[in-house]
Amino acid sequence: MTHVAQQPQEQHYHDPANVTNPEHASHHIVTPAVYGIVYATLLAFTILTIFAADWNLGVFNPVVALAIACTKAVVVILFFMHVKYQSNLIKMTVASGFFTFIVLITMTLSDYMSRAWGLW
Amino acid sequence: MDNSIITTEPLMPRETAVHEPHEHVFIPQHRHHFETEEQQREAGSFGMWLFLLTEIMFFGGLFFAYLLYRNWYYDAFVPASNFLSVKLGGANTAILITSGFFMALAVWAAEMRNKQVLVWTLVLTMIFGWAFIGIKGVEWHDEWVHHHIPGAGFDIAEFVNPSAHGITDQKAIPPDMAQHSQIFFFLYFGMTGMHALHMIIGLGLLLWLLWRAQRGDFTAGYVAPIENFALYWHFVDIVWLFLFPLLYLINRHPLS
Repeated sequence: MTHVAQQPQEQHYHDPANVTNPEHASHHIVTPAVYGIVYATLLAFTILTIFAADWNLGVFNPVVALAIACTKAVVVILFFMHVKYQSNLIKMTVASGFFTFIVLITMTLSDYMSRAWGLW
Repeated sequence: MDNSIITTEPLMPRETAVHEPHEHVFIPQHRHHFETEEQQREAGSFGMWLFLLTEIMFFGGLFFAYLLYRNWYYDAFVPASNFLSVKLGGANTAILITSGFFMALAVWAAEMRNKQVLVWTLVLTMIFGWAFIGIKGVEWHDEWVHHHIPGAGFDIAEFVNPSAHGITDQKAIPPDMAQHSQIFFFLYFGMTGMHALHMIIGLGLLLWLLWRAQRGDFTAGYVAPIENFALYWHFVDIVWLFLFPLLYLINRHPLS
């Protein structure tokens, strides 16, 4: 590291408008208390989903089970995976992944359903 | 070397770097191509999340196959699914959540630069992870004993004539439909097997992280490997949070 490229001060574009990742932003450290609450919530929802499966809710059994699973997944993503405290870039990345997955499911499912139209 | 930003107008003050006087702390893990440690950290998380998105697509394909075949061969999927033990599956869910909780605490311990807590939480994460794999092994063994492994050894007897095998709460299904229960078990072994493979890979990585944590690598301000591994571990948890209800629970009350 003998040569250090030094740009002129006035041309050094620093992107001060980048509010999503401000420089020297303090890093958020999630406390064990929050993790404890999340852990208790996840265990409570696990017990709830097992009891919900015992009741005959007809077509709503899978709906309730998936709703509980989605709630648990969101809690894990937001707190255990720190997405709640991350920049908008990370939040958008995570959201785009699930959005793309839903698009793929919808398109594939509509293909299968329309090919066997009326036979299901 | 002409890569400086060329502007046609004079730079507005807001576009000009105002380098306010502040303290710069130089740390050994900060790579020179990142402007700040925070940026380096975000780039790492971003990359990890992109990898996890490919994992969503990977498991997503399996989930979609399950959705489709469950609709096509619903009558075969119901008794096959109800053969699984909700007790073992539920216990495994709790064990996996516990493992994830300790992994979350490990990230906190690394941030707090507490080596002892970090090492112990990693050890607990591993113990609960292996407990999950152990119970999964017991369940797979049950399937093997009952000839529920798809292939030449697969036996439809329990589905065609459940009462003869001491199963009183399941309807008998015709042999041709019963053959399709192989598809349920094919997907069951595929999905839980791929999930278990991810866990075994994770447990291997944990061993390596534990060795490095013991050496003090992650308790001097450099927490990225612990943080990114935690993302992977929690992702594997989430996959199970969906596998459990879909494989074990949603077929308890079949639509006639």
